[in-house]
Amino acid sequence: MVKKELIVSALENGTVIDHIASKEVFRVLHLLNLEKCEETVYMGSNLESQKLGRKGIIKVANRYFAPEELNKIALVSPNATVIEIRNFEVVKKTKVELPSQVKGIVKCMNPNCITNHETIETNFNVVSGDEVKLKCHFCEKFTTKDNMEFC
Amino acid sequence: MKNKNLISITDFSKEEQLHLLDVAEEFAKNPRQRILADKVVATLFFEPSTRTRLSFESAANQLGARIIGFSDASNSSVTKGETLKDTILMVSNYADLIVMRHPREGSARYASEVAKVPVINAGDGANQHPTQCLLDLYSIRKTQGRLDKLDIAFVGDLKYGRTVHSLAQALCNFDCTFHFVSPAELKMPSYVKQTVKDHHLEYHQYTELSDVIPFADIIYMTRVQRERFADPMEYERVKNSCILNKAMLKGCKESMKILHPLPRVNEIATDVDNTPYAYYFQQAHNGVFVRQALMSLILGAKE
Repeated sequence: MVKKELIVSALENGTVIDHIASKEVFRVLHLLNLEKCEETVYMGSNLESQKLGRKGIIKVANRYFAPEELNKIALVSPNATVIEIRNFEVVKKTKVELPSQVKGIVKCMNPNCITNHETIETNFNVVSGDEVKLKCHFCEKFTTKDNMEFC
Repeated sequence: MKNKNLISITDFSKEEQLHLLDVAEEFAKNPRQRILADKVVATLFFEPSTRTRLSFESAANQLGARIIGFSDASNSSVTKGETLKDTILMVSNYADLIVMRHPREGSARYASEVAKVPVINAGDGANQHPTQCLLDLYSIRKTQGRLDKLDIAFVGDLKYGRTVHSLAQALCNFDCTFHFVSPAELKMPSYVKQTVKDHHLEYHQYTELSDVIPFADIIYMTRVQRERFADPMEYERVKNSCILNKAMLKGCKESMKILHPLPRVNEIATDVDNTPYAYYFQQAHNGVFVRQALMSLILGAKE
């Protein structure tokens, strides 16, 4: 048991995504395409957090992500932080940032939107505010965090 | 505006909209000018719309343009499973301009990004119908002599009516005061009201049409459809609150005009038709001049 905990907490090289909203951990795994990752991936949900009450965490060994990839996380978990680890040392710590445009990741929630009927890459402009809102470039309807589905 | 697309009313700036209205006024004085005699206009109506299609085709005909297209998707390769992209790419080879109506929202924006020629949106599902908005602006300016500092009442189905959404947003450029009259179930959506607020303009909400008649400059009527109500009893209760008849017009402003995107059902009683306030049929006629102006500007026949 002790050994297992040590393995989880100590990442020699890789990325830690911390402060994920607890219920969004699985969506974050999907957004980063980690279902298909061949490296070691640790994931925790409903962990105690002073800042959030409960939080989720994902650790991926030997993988670093481009900012565009990481910023997708902000769509579902805007408070997430990303920590890059090299040789057991934290070399970089950043907060995810909402991109201004989201292409090909999210489905438009409007069933009558052309993107749900023809093979078209979805495209949204991100409207900032208290809650993340995506305005479809095509049908102009809003997709919010609650009805967000990924392609 | 040469080679520009018109998909959403916001694609044109306030200055462009006003310029287009000026050009439309020229066409109202002299509608038969063969300035598009060397052009081909494609009218692609993936769903039927007699009024809009005929208005576009009449406008193009009066300018000498040739028209190709279809008035129903069942007459096109869509029935064979052709994608919208392929249809648009194919038609781009045959025409100088595409006018398109399609039942799916966002289809016109997509078509404009695929097409090699400019695209005018003649209605994409419940989303946008910008030429209706332009002809509404034209009709308001023509009857009131201006677009700013007017009291505009929108009446009826304000929740689902795309024409009222676009027109309210367009009028936000013109310092108007908005009066939204609808049954509680069919109120103006919050994003439109937010746009009004963002422009530091005023809006007021009512459930009785008679409340706005004394001060409105424009009464923009729309249809209240029975199928919008989950409870048919509720429809029966409210259906008369947004119906206008001649007797109600006593005490209205002399210059007030009634607009309606048509078709009307019973929301404007026929006894209103012969009053000096009825303007809905002229409004539809104005659509021809606005569409002439739009096609001429996009095709570079007018500057």
